[in-house]
Amino acid sequence: MKIAVSTSGNDLNAPLDPRFGRAARFVIYETETGTFELADNSQNLNAAQGAGIQAAQNAASTGAAAVISGHFGPKAFRVLSASKIAVYPSTAATVREALDLYAAGKLTAAQDADVEGHWM
Amino acid sequence: MKELVIISGKGGTGKTSITASFAALANRAVFADCDVDAADLHLILNPEIRERHDFYSGHEAVIRKADCTGCGLCADLCRFDAVKSSGDKFKIELPSCEGCGVCVSFCPAKAIDFPDRLCGEWFVSNTRFGTIVHARLGIGAENSGKLVSTVRQQARQFATAGQADWLLTDGPPGTGCPVIASITGADAVLAVTEPTLSGQHDLLRVIELTRHFKIPVFVCVNKWDINPAMTATIEAAATSSGATVLTRIPYDISITEAQINGQSVVEHNNGIASQFMQTLWEKLCQLLH
Amino acid sequence: MQIAIASGKGGTGKTTLSVALAQVWDGPVQLLDCDVEEPNASIFLSLKSQTEKRVFVPVPAVDSARCTGCGKCAAICQFNALAVAGKTVLVFTELCHSCGGCARICPEKAITEVPFSVGTIRQGQSGNIQFMEGRLDVGRAMAPPVIRAVKKAADPKLPVLIDCPPGTSCPMITAVKGSDFILLVTEPTPFGLHDLTLAVETVRLLNIPFGVIINRSDAGDNRVVEYCKRENIRLLLQIPESRKIAEACSRGESILSAAPELAPSLRNLLEEIR
Repeated sequence: MKIAVSTSGNDLNAPLDPRFGRAARFVIYETETGTFELADNSQNLNAAQGAGIQAAQNAASTGAAAVISGHFGPKAFRVLSASKIAVYPSTAATVREALDLYAAGKLTAAQDADVEGHWM
Repeated sequence: MKELVIISGKGGTGKTSITASFAALANRAVFADCDVDAADLHLILNPEIRERHDFYSGHEAVIRKADCTGCGLCADLCRFDAVKSSGDKFKIELPSCEGCGVCVSFCPAKAIDFPDRLCGEWFVSNTRFGTIVHARLGIGAENSGKLVSTVRQQARQFATAGQADWLLTDGPPGTGCPVIASITGADAVLAVTEPTLSGQHDLLRVIELTRHFKIPVFVCVNKWDINPAMTATIEAAATSSGATVLTRIPYDISITEAQINGQSVVEHNNGIASQFMQTLWEKLCQLLH
Repeated sequence: MQIAIASGKGGTGKTTLSVALAQVWDGPVQLLDCDVEEPNASIFLSLKSQTEKRVFVPVPAVDSARCTGCGKCAAICQFNALAVAGKTVLVFTELCHSCGGCARICPEKAITEVPFSVGTIRQGQSGNIQFMEGRLDVGRAMAPPVIRAVKKAADPKLPVLIDCPPGTSCPMITAVKGSDFILLVTEPTPFGLHDLTLAVETVRLLNIPFGVIINRSDAGDNRVVEYCKRENIRLLLQIPESRKIAEACSRGESILSAAPELAPSLRNLLEEIR
């Protein structure tokens, strides 16, 4: 299965971007093969509003079944859960660390948004 | 680090003068001027700009005159009255353009461009009290809250990186987008009001807003002695709406004098308003730290 | 005739002046409180026969039976108010700017626009004044639709005075748009001057004739007067600081009740700009 991880970098050693909506891109990791590709999320940088919503659609369009990021706002969460994508908040420092924690079963799927609104 | 946002609902209650005095009193603080539509804090803090950034948000529609056939569909479709006829062709009146892109999508001649919209600038500056992040919204630009969010995020980064004790934010008037963007996620709000019916009315609306976002709100009545009875009424109403009433500040001409000298009130003198502002700050320190 | 009373800075006395100008107006006049985030003008008027109605904006509703999940609506929406999740479209009403793009672009005609309530318009009568006020619901973000609704409710055949929101961003522009003249109210202080210069830039961009009123004119220094001279701006009126006026305003009384001597100068001012 595919897992999307928010990042400001370009590979597995890059830092995990704690912001889901305004992350520059996602690493799309394929658990079967251990390979990854990058999905751009930068169209959101100038969005006046609704970055989380757009990012959730971007993540969904990659075919990911799960996303890992620092925090998820209520609107992003609504789109992700309607798209049947599992949502994993994580404090991991890098993309690789987040994926390792996921593989070890140490991440818990969120049942709700964990931050207020889209304003910050 | 604690983030305190100073707002007022109604303009002209002395919010920025109080923020400037807090800036002078606070140790290890970073400042954010989120009143990006009519920013005044810099007039007292006198910032020396060290970074300057363009602020883009959304898009604007621009009709290429050469390609416009003058069919007028854009004018019919625009819900914001932003398309005006210009001879036998059409043009977009920029301040009215909402950036919705409907005209861009449906123009049969594909004659409308949709570039990123420059909406203002934001700055990082040094002041005699510490770093400030401030901004200037472009004229007629939409104050969607995104510039406010940018200013706050940047200020928050400086505060975290410098291990500051305080992030002090001068908020905008009103209850709309910019105010919502200024207060969400803050540790506390100080609402500054004045003893007038308008002041009371606007205060109760901002208290309602802070409760909506579950942020603790403190209230200070400035110029309270202009109408002591009204002050008492406002404080009672604020208390019963769930706010915590703090120190009153008396009317004092030195608030205006300090402004004219480019100083905060507590730097200007140790007069009556200055003393009460110091008391107010001490109370906030006790309550939040 | 439409006159807008605006100010960059809040708290300069814009609302009390708007009310006083309406009170000295010769004949019937409409006073529109377009400061919809914090409408205050009604505090200074005793209104008779009030009516109230809700302000609605059109927002999309998706007929899921017709929707194929093609995503064209989400793609055209610049405000991310629509999102496609699998085969369903989610609507985030609070982000919608009511542009109508989604309903128009939907190939299946699955989107209709339905009314969504964002505020209230109140109307009432006080002497010669036909009063109208817009009030944005607390927690709602977008003021301009409510401002537009108030302006639309006014009778175009009767003169209009508009009490505008502070600042120079879209709510202020929406309020002053279409005016024949703008009165900018300020204070003789650094904050007052700074915010006035922003307001002047704005109204010059809009190409609307304007003039300046300095309120509490002796409570600061001379910088606004000098600025007006330098910029060739009409300085229409200076009102000195008065404890009497401040106290009357704090009680919600008109400035004319405290300072009836202001009435002739306000009438002259209206004569001059009419």
